[in-house]
Amino acid sequence: MPLETIIAGVMVASLILYALLGGADYGGGVWDLFAFGRRAPQQRALIAKAIGPVWEANHVWLILVIVVLFTAFPPAFAAISIALHIPLTLLLIGIVLRGTTFTFRSYDVQRDDVQRRWSLVFSIASIITPILLGITLGAIASGTIRVENGVVVSGFLKSWLAPFPFSVGFFALSVFAFLAAVYLTVEASANDLQEDFRLRALIAGIAVGILALTVFILAGTGAPTVRAGISRSWWALALHLGTAIVAVGAFYSLWTRKYRVARLCAAAQVTLILLGWALAQFPYLVEPDMTIYSAAARRATLQLLVIALAAGVLVLFPSYYFLFRVFKGEPRSLLIGRDVNLPDPKVPF
Amino acid sequence: MNDLLAARSQMAMSLAFHIVFAAIGIAMPLLMIIAEWQWLRTKDEVYLVLAKRWAKGTAILFAVGAVSGTVLSFELGLLWPGFMRYAGAIIGMPFSLEGFAFFTEAIFLGIYLYGWTRVPPRAHLFAGAMVAVSGALSGIFVVIANAWMNTPTGFHIVNGRPVDIDPLAAMMNPAAFAQTLHMTLAAYAATGFVVAGIHAFMLRRDPRNQFHRRALAIALTVGGVAAFLQPLSGDILAKMVAQNLPVKLAAMEGQFATEKGAPVRIGGIPDESAGVTRYAIQIPYGLSILAYSDPNAIVKGLNDFPANQRPPVAIVHVSFQIMVACGMAMMGIAVLAAWRYWRGSRRGSKTWLDSKWLLRVLILAAPLGFIAVETGWVVTEVGRQPWIIYGVMRTAEAVTPVPRLIVPLITFTLLYIFLAAITVWLLLRQVAASPEVFE
Repeated sequence: MPLETIIAGVMVASLILYALLGGADYGGGVWDLFAFGRRAPQQRALIAKAIGPVWEANHVWLILVIVVLFTAFPPAFAAISIALHIPLTLLLIGIVLRGTTFTFRSYDVQRDDVQRRWSLVFSIASIITPILLGITLGAIASGTIRVENGVVVSGFLKSWLAPFPFSVGFFALSVFAFLAAVYLTVEASANDLQEDFRLRALIAGIAVGILALTVFILAGTGAPTVRAGISRSWWALALHLGTAIVAVGAFYSLWTRKYRVARLCAAAQVTLILLGWALAQFPYLVEPDMTIYSAAARRATLQLLVIALAAGVLVLFPSYYFLFRVFKGEPRSLLIGRDVNLPDPKVPF
Repeated sequence: MNDLLAARSQMAMSLAFHIVFAAIGIAMPLLMIIAEWQWLRTKDEVYLVLAKRWAKGTAILFAVGAVSGTVLSFELGLLWPGFMRYAGAIIGMPFSLEGFAFFTEAIFLGIYLYGWTRVPPRAHLFAGAMVAVSGALSGIFVVIANAWMNTPTGFHIVNGRPVDIDPLAAMMNPAAFAQTLHMTLAAYAATGFVVAGIHAFMLRRDPRNQFHRRALAIALTVGGVAAFLQPLSGDILAKMVAQNLPVKLAAMEGQFATEKGAPVRIGGIPDESAGVTRYAIQIPYGLSILAYSDPNAIVKGLNDFPANQRPPVAIVHVSFQIMVACGMAMMGIAVLAAWRYWRGSRRGSKTWLDSKWLLRVLILAAPLGFIAVETGWVVTEVGRQPWIIYGVMRTAEAVTPVPRLIVPLITFTLLYIFLAAITVWLLLRQVAASPEVFE
């Protein structure tokens, strides 16, 4: 397999992991805004507990996509940065506000009005950021970023200020909200909280379906190449079938309250959607003027990058596993059967 | 303001903001694990409380650092697409490695901050050590990329395009070692002094509080050792600059005329139109000795460089003077504190922190490290102008064609002012609510 393809594959894998992990953290922010009813405080507390230890690590998948993009495909990074300067800048503001306000909220006084203020900024940033992320990806897929002799000639608005990128934006938001709600059904320990998030997951799931259809229709004129790939390629049927099966599976298992199965199906569904997009766009990076081959750096860089990525993954995955084992496994599972002196939880933090 | 200046201002502002949090992110984990290790060793609960309190402050600072670092990784393209198109393949490697180091840092910080009761104490300490190591590595990788901009290696230019790219040779560029050493020490020194200053302030109000005594001892040890070594690394760096970036050396020193046996100038205001540096205290032969270890070495002056290859002299020289002054003062304070401690312990007492004037000096010295960090980066970055890649690409060639860059500049400036204000406010409240431990 050519090095370009391997590296592009790593980027797609990182993006999928960012959607599955980081995306769900944004989705948590969405449900923070829509926390209502008697259990609203408990809902918010569960969301904060689920996001707290992991959001910074989950966020790094996005940084990995960016650094691999500019190392392996520098002209594409430059072109995207120029054509999508405005949505990317807004995306950054969203990222900054989401991350900082979440932390400020955790460490500010726990008075209601103070918390509400931080929560509001946090949840609005959690809604805007996925939309901008979707707009960015939609614009890249749309084939409207045009580059001639290394110069972007399609302006700074045209490629993203269109119905298709915006439909992808709202689709991304619904997907992240769906993932978060499904994950939270597993993480909730109380029954009524599980029911709350089950309902939210079902609603978000319907939204995902409607918006997926909207994106597909708008792609007819908004992103014809990708649409053609999704509709006509040899793998398309298998992919659609697979996505449909896991989508139905996610719904069915939510309905029957098999939350762990639902989590697996929802993650598989999102993975297949992103995989379908990546395959449909292959080998274009910035369609139609740059492929992963025409935008690739020299061989020496690519070789070294593949080695670095392989070595990095060896460190990364065990650490990541440890993190999730500690916070997403059974409480205190790492301590059971061990004779250890825990620090006194009463010691003031 | 034209777009190039707006882009430069936005990058400068973003870097100046981020470096504070980055430096704290490198050094604070070390302070935390020293405190935690002391707790495991002595079973003294005060150290545990200390580690937790420091961890709480670090959590806020790390979050701001993480998101402002994300902004920078995007801004490389948003503001300097010409640079990234040219250099991405050459210096993307340290950024990719930094990505993994940052991953490790974020993962283990999550475990460290939220895992006090979820993992065994030794695993917790291990997580802290991983944060400290990967934090330092993150910083080193990013500074390596910056060093390459000063002393670009690892490629040849054919028809204006880089060929024969060797990313490893690019990482091993001449400035890499000296710059990373200097910045890593700076992170420990600056953070150590700030933390020591805060606890000195609290100790003056509350002289018998053991919490602040122990905190101060750890912070000052880390900061003091780093501050003591820093002038040495500065000397290595200055010799590298003299060797590879003579025009930057001339700007740093306000050296206009090419001179044999050039003096070191302390203070002074460069007058670029007249081509002289006025009001400086001159130490004869000093610069020739410092830069080339030879009193009669010739130092090339700014006048011998074409005008369109000179950096703005005044800001580089003055910033350099401020940085050196701060560094020297910190080294002196480190020696002073060590002497006080040594004299006290010879008498078998632990009263070295009873000295009112030592505490006052430490309070006054608190911001010196970060002033040095900021002015030092001004020297590095402004001193490289008009180049973005020294001798290869001008900053003006790298800037984005996107118009009205004043808008993102103002937006990010306001956003960062807001974040800084909130962060300071939250930390102040934490300091004010510090625990009381008496013997």
